[in-house]
Amino acid sequence: MSGIFSSSIGRKFAMALSALFLMFFILQHFAINVLSVFSENAFNEASHFMGTFWAVQYLLQPVLIFGVIFHFVMGFILEIRNNRARAISYAKNNGAANSTWMSRNMIWSGGFILVFLVIHFIDFWIPEINTKYIAGDMSGLVDPNVADSGYRYYEELVHKFEPIWRVALYCIGFIFLALHLLHGFNSAFQSIGANNKYTKGLKGFSKVYAIGIPLGFIFIALFHHFNH
Amino acid sequence: MNLTLKIWRQKNANDKGNMVDYQISDVSPDMSFLEMLDVLNSQLITNGDDPVAFDHDCREGICGMCSLYINGEAHGPDRGVTTCQLHMRKFKDGDTIYIEPFRAKAFPVIKDLVVDRSSFDRIQHAGGFISVNTSGNTIDANAIPVNKHDADDAFSAATCIGCGACVASCKNSSAMLFVGAKVSQFALLPQGQVEATDRVLNMVKQMDEEGFGNCTNTGACEVECPKGISLENIARMNQEYLKASLKG
Repeated sequence: MSGIFSSSIGRKFAMALSALFLMFFILQHFAINVLSVFSENAFNEASHFMGTFWAVQYLLQPVLIFGVIFHFVMGFILEIRNNRARAISYAKNNGAANSTWMSRNMIWSGGFILVFLVIHFIDFWIPEINTKYIAGDMSGLVDPNVADSGYRYYEELVHKFEPIWRVALYCIGFIFLALHLLHGFNSAFQSIGANNKYTKGLKGFSKVYAIGIPLGFIFIALFHHFNH
Repeated sequence: MNLTLKIWRQKNANDKGNMVDYQISDVSPDMSFLEMLDVLNSQLITNGDDPVAFDHDCREGICGMCSLYINGEAHGPDRGVTTCQLHMRKFKDGDTIYIEPFRAKAFPVIKDLVVDRSSFDRIQHAGGFISVNTSGNTIDANAIPVNKHDADDAFSAATCIGCGACVASCKNSSAMLFVGAKVSQFALLPQGQVEATDRVLNMVKQMDEEGFGNCTNTGACEVECPKGISLENIARMNQEYLKASLKG
């Protein structure tokens, strides 16, 4: 087992595991966000649970942050190492003849997702951490001094999607996420050694996931922008 | 056919090298690509110039010796063939054709279009074999039952001729299709089980030491492979490697 993660296959495996974890997280994130379209109350309850339940906050959240950082750092390290493996580029290279644009540009789609994530963290995560752990308000209420003021989560979400520039930014971010997932989903399974009779079906499912989930997030942003 | 050739010229391993333009006329569409280069070299020799060095041997698509990155693709625009099987009918009169060596840090250029692919040999030496005791008690290979599906897959993997098109095509210069095929051809057969753990660990270690890049599953290698080696072999190697790492 020693040294597995210092090998090329070990690094691929680690990258794939972090990708699978993040894809599961995105699905979970979408499942909660989509509640906001159907029920303000359900979205508030789910958000409050995720924002205050100790196992989510103190176990899953650190794992998630580690997973995100690891995936990005490892992605950039692999890109640098891979560039070193070919000192002189081809004068003419027809990459489109044998591979998809998405597969050849994971570093770019990933880079744009990183930019989007920084903005997303500034928008939602940092204010949330500030409210809960700096100001010490774990109530989740619009006014912590008024018990029946209701949860603040839905109002905050709607407020964030008022400016069109932010909605446009989120839409672009999710387009890059879709491009990244269109290659990344199957690639993760290949990297962990899963290429068998189920691969064809998995490829079909991956397209549904890679397009469906980002499209769903875009729908949520547009829904709140145009309905409020 | 009249063609413009843009060919990588490099005097030796230490030379910087550059692309040089050549005009060639009266090329028959029935010529193979290498025959076209033979004609060019005849012209160069007649004119007192240094002929273009390129690798070739059997010219039947078997040996894996010919290489060349032609118009941005390993072994040119045709599928399932090596450069020696590529014919000029795949090009049009007036075309400009880029001809470059396979590019990878682990495949250094020796001269012009000739690259040193001995890194593949060293990977093979690290574990691409089985040790059979031939003292007289050896079981006849034909007497060992092998699942038909496994036998077919092992034979498919064994068709890899080690030409290096996978490395040349990969944007990361990864050798994982080659190593995956060489690991798979033994991993699928009972004869390969005894040394399975050491084989995959040693071959991957050697592959990494040679300076090949990491596979990012673009699939370019599978498309450009003249023998149609499947990506399944890389997945199988990954499995074998992870199993071996847990054991060893």
